Amino acid sequence: MSYQYPDERGHFGEYGGRYVAETLMPALLELEEAYNEIRNDPSFKEEFHYYLKNYVGRPSPLYFARRLTEELGGAKIYLKREDLNHTGAHKVNNTVGQILLARRMGKQKVIAETGAGQHGVATATVAALFGMECEIFMGKEDIRRQALNVFRMKLLGAKVHECTSGTATLKDAMNDALRHWVTHVRDTFYVIGTVAGPHPYPQLVRDFQSVIGEEAKQQLQETEGRLPDVAIACIGGGSNAMGTFYPFIKDKSVRLIGVEAAGLGVDTDKHAASITAGAPGVLHGNKTYLLQNEDGQINHAHSISAGLDYPGVGPEHAHLKDIGRAEYASITDTEALAAFQKLTRIEGIIPALESAHAIAEVMKLAPTLPKEQILLVCLSGRGDKDIHTVADAMGVEF
Amino acid sequence: MSRIDKTFADLRRKQETALIPFLTAGDPDLATTSKLIRTLAENGADLIELGVPFSDPMADGPTIQAASERALRAGTTVRKVLQLVAEVRSDCQIPLVLMGYYNPVFRYGAEQFAKDAAAAGVDGLLLVDLPPEEVGEISAIMKAAKIALITLLAPTTPSERMSKLAAAAEGYLYYVSMTGVTGTQKVSPADIKAAVENLQSMTEVPVGVGFGITTPEDAKAVGEFADGVVVGSALVKIIAENAGSDELLPRVGKFIAELKQGLLA
Ligand SMILES: Cc1ncc(COP(=O)(O)O)c(C=O)c1O
Repeated sequence: MSYQYPDERGHFGEYGGRYVAETLMPALLELEEAYNEIRNDPSFKEEFHYYLKNYVGRPSPLYFARRLTEELGGAKIYLKREDLNHTGAHKVNNTVGQILLARRMGKQKVIAETGAGQHGVATATVAALFGMECEIFMGKEDIRRQALNVFRMKLLGAKVHECTSGTATLKDAMNDALRHWVTHVRDTFYVIGTVAGPHPYPQLVRDFQSVIGEEAKQQLQETEGRLPDVAIACIGGGSNAMGTFYPFIKDKSVRLIGVEAAGLGVDTDKHAASITAGAPGVLHGNKTYLLQNEDGQINHAHSISAGLDYPGVGPEHAHLKDIGRAEYASITDTEALAAFQKLTRIEGIIPALESAHAIAEVMKLAPTLPKEQILLVCLSGRGDKDIHTVADAMGVEF
Repeated sequence: MSRIDKTFADLRRKQETALIPFLTAGDPDLATTSKLIRTLAENGADLIELGVPFSDPMADGPTIQAASERALRAGTTVRKVLQLVAEVRSDCQIPLVLMGYYNPVFRYGAEQFAKDAAAAGVDGLLLVDLPPEEVGEISAIMKAAKIALITLLAPTTPSERMSKLAAAAEGYLYYVSMTGVTGTQKVSPADIKAAVENLQSMTEVPVGVGFGITTPEDAKAVGEFADGVVVGSALVKIIAENAGSDELLPRVGKFIAELKQGLLA
């Protein structure tokens, strides 16, 4: 199977591209050139892996979830433990990569958008590590939901901008980050947190996150001597999923399943399932599946998990969906909460609500598969940041 | 000759600079926009950029963001904006350029949009987030419908790229006077003069300058060298402040007349 995406214009089939204002175009071309230079530069790879190993704590373990497997009574479940990374999620793999790239490009300031705050924290962390100025854009609604992460970012020395326009969530934070970038494009590097945005971001974020799938592949080879039958990951913009899937794309026997947030249900207007229930369109610099109305206005997304609460999805997922290489399922708030509690009780692992969506899909799928099959799940983050949300949902007051 | 080309040719003969106001269609409602367009035309506007509202206006500052939100809340859609243009054309022939973001056009279907927009009497289209790298997907369609695709250039655009874009330009070129979003900083005419003149030396197509032009003095200063000046946020602000009042049309008319005076002075 040949799979060579994106093409030289940054397209994944119909999707991707660079739909941005002219002011940003030269910066994207500069970024593309810089990225193409370092991609195959052994000294960059070495530096990247030095920080992944010594700072992030990689490789992350591949853990056989024995009790969950027994309880579900089907396929063997392996959890790729991105929750054990420094800062508690997969997001830091990407921010380490991008900050090293920013340094090589001579940029002194970084900005980022954030939803759950995990990408904001991961960006503020690496900015502190390298002594760079950092500004984070976050929706007012998310600032309320993720107060702990906001304080964390401030402790790390970042300035947090509250975004009040539109729906005051991740999509609007990204609008404001793009507006800030337009204004400060000459000295500022924009650290995008997922496999979305204009080319080359979907490509470079995927490449940095691919360490997830590469490690898992090798770890499974060591313990099981073979490939997984299924790889599952949750989808906000789709970076932990692309990182998990990409190293398996040419291994046709491996089913790839992305799990979107169904919120209150995909047949309601309160969900974030862009691939399942959206239509192609253009937002934030790329063409992809979007939640939108008949007039091309972007709809509000909803998920109990702030990190999945986005009305779009990375363009490579849109392409994988269209060519049939990956499947996309969706999980409701209620199902995610049940999975959150199940994994906590049965394995002693408190997952992020985002990751709980992947676990919930596993709980549906594993029992239907034979015991000798192997299910690889990306446990993208830990749930400490979500304790308040979960307590709220359970009606517990502190 | 298209309405846009004819307008600039006439102005060039008279050695005048085009006054190009921008307003958001449907802010505060489409009936008012219809009256505003005529008020602009009667008071000296040479071409109008009519904003098609979008839920996520990434290149706009707070003033035009708020206008878009008001327009969408008032029920404005692409279809209704085209109906507005058709209605205006019954008695008003000022060149009209629709300005906005790509998604509403993409969703409408570029082919259908081109057909309906041309039938309504739209002269040009300026999509902020459809740069030369991507415009290929609609350029042949718009050309066939005789809708000019207006190209944006920015202070960050390198000279080589500028000459390439200038060579392919139609209608007019829109030079963004600053690195930033709309309506947040003031233009500095002295800083952009050389860039605009350099651009003019590359092409016969007229060069309009926009972003940060808010007063007759700004218009006059930029008009010394530019072929057109675009006034957006300042006008949108006046519309917002006077929406629903009898003062709206007189105030807008006066503002436009003063800008025109500045350009003629
Ligand atoms: C733990 C965790 N998982 C998943 C996501 C979703 O992002 P992506 O789809 O890019 O992996 C987030 C986003 O904040 C997150 O914090």
